[in-house]
Amino acid sequence: MAAAGARPAAPLPLTGSRPPPLPPAGPAPPCDLGPRSWISPASTTSAGNFFDEFQMEGVAAEHNEIYLELVPENLSRALKTAQSAKAVKIKLTNKHCPCLRVAVELPSLSSSSRIVTHDIPVGVIPRRLWNDFREPRVPDFDVSIYLPALKTMKSVVERMKNLSNSIVIEANLSGEMNLKIETDLVSVTTHFKDLGNPPWASEDGYQSSVQDRDLESMAEARIDIKKLQQLLAGQQVNPTKALCNIVSKRIVHFILLHEDVSLQYFIPALA
Amino acid sequence: ASLDNARHLSSLLRAVHFQDHATCFATANGLRVTVEDAKCIQANAFIQAEIFQEFAVQEESVTFRINLSVLLDCLTIFGTGSLPGTTTALRMCYRGYGYPLMLFLEEGGVVTVCKINTQEPDELLDFDFCSTKVVNKIILQSEGLREAFAELDMTSEVLQITMSPDKPYFRLSTFGNAGSAHLDYPRDSDLMEAFHCNQTQTNRYKISLLKPSTKALALSCKVSIRTDAQGFLSLQYMIRNEDGQICFVEYYCCPDEDITEAEL
Repeated sequence: MAAAGARPAAPLPLTGSRPPPLPPAGPAPPCDLGPRSWISPASTTSAGNFFDEFQMEGVAAEHNEIYLELVPENLSRALKTAQSAKAVKIKLTNKHCPCLRVAVELPSLSSSSRIVTHDIPVGVIPRRLWNDFREPRVPDFDVSIYLPALKTMKSVVERMKNLSNSIVIEANLSGEMNLKIETDLVSVTTHFKDLGNPPWASEDGYQSSVQDRDLESMAEARIDIKKLQQLLAGQQVNPTKALCNIVSKRIVHFILLHEDVSLQYFIPALA
Repeated sequence: ASLDNARHLSSLLRAVHFQDHATCFATANGLRVTVEDAKCIQANAFIQAEIFQEFAVQEESVTFRINLSVLLDCLTIFGTGSLPGTTTALRMCYRGYGYPLMLFLEEGGVVTVCKINTQEPDELLDFDFCSTKVVNKIILQSEGLREAFAELDMTSEVLQITMSPDKPYFRLSTFGNAGSAHLDYPRDSDLMEAFHCNQTQTNRYKISLLKPSTKALALSCKVSIRTDAQGFLSLQYMIRNEDGQICFVEYYCCPDEDITEAEL
């Protein structure tokens, strides 16, 4: 597959017609300061369980992966037509340029079913840039805590968003979490208790230092409230497990586990 | 003050929320929240002490100015949805001049503490509207007016209100880009609870000032419409809350032109 590495520009016409040509190639800029999210299968072997059919061949045997870049809205629009679909097939093709071909088989009144095809232009990311997109490791956090009921968190953060641009998340190892905002006009603090702290398996003796730490002391980070609100607004279904790890004043790492899928969000702290 | 269901307060305050700032006035009788605009319109929400589970005022009265948008965001911090069974409990404290208003809200074991800064209260308009000076008075069931107010032609600059002992009795008129619209309510209509018109009066009011009163109308079950000799308008809305208690919201508005026309 020819490496293009360019960002697809325009949103795509729906079926049949030729996708617009990609703009001239340029290296994808690595962005390490912004928030990042990861969706991954809950376990690496479950790809087979999640999909009915799964075939791929990567760049080379020892690098059996393909990294693609696309405009999320194109994919979400294509998948919207799949809400009541009988089947969906996704193929990576390279007719005139690399495209993700999403073929949605829809139920129809006549005997033959309708197939709607979306071609979404994608950029193939060259191997030399793959390191920029590696799933980050779980950071050495100060506190790890289960999140409160997402519905409550959503309401509170929505209201706080009207009052301030940034929010402080603080939590301790006694299952307490506070969300705080403070401006000239108002300060609001919401206190959550009895949330529970997830046990992390100790691998390198790190866990022992965590246990020594004072259970009451809070780790905190100030983050952009819009990013937090977007993260919460994106949760349509209640996850099986939801927790966050806080590295004091550096980053907040959210993990939301569903049956088949895990979502991870990293929101860096504001200066 | 403490309140088992914060919605009793927040829904009333929303009915007068057309400016960012409000003046709060508390006495042993209860709380009055006033919002004004353009020196022409004033809305008051009254929450009497009986609505609260606890209501105590140390001095004779306490007055401060506060950002109403911020207050409403805090009162509804756990959401505005009125799910049966979930209520937000509220406790409000105000130490005195210069101190912030403290709110403690609790729902489902989660506690939110808010500290809202207060300011010097402004001089409030005194419409000097007392029942002895009332020329015309009508009491209507709100459902009759709701649709009319929701569909007011906003391209009209004014809302004209005609009240008369003779036809058309009670008429709302607008003069917009598409033309004039008149809505008449006969005095013997089922919706009319009381009709005391002594004089024919036609007054015009800036429609943009009156439009926010639609919120109060939407919550209310009855509305009393009164005008005095100068054409000042008083709208009083009787609102029944979730527990069946009664509260009042009133809007006072100056007429757009000083002239009160006698229409023939």
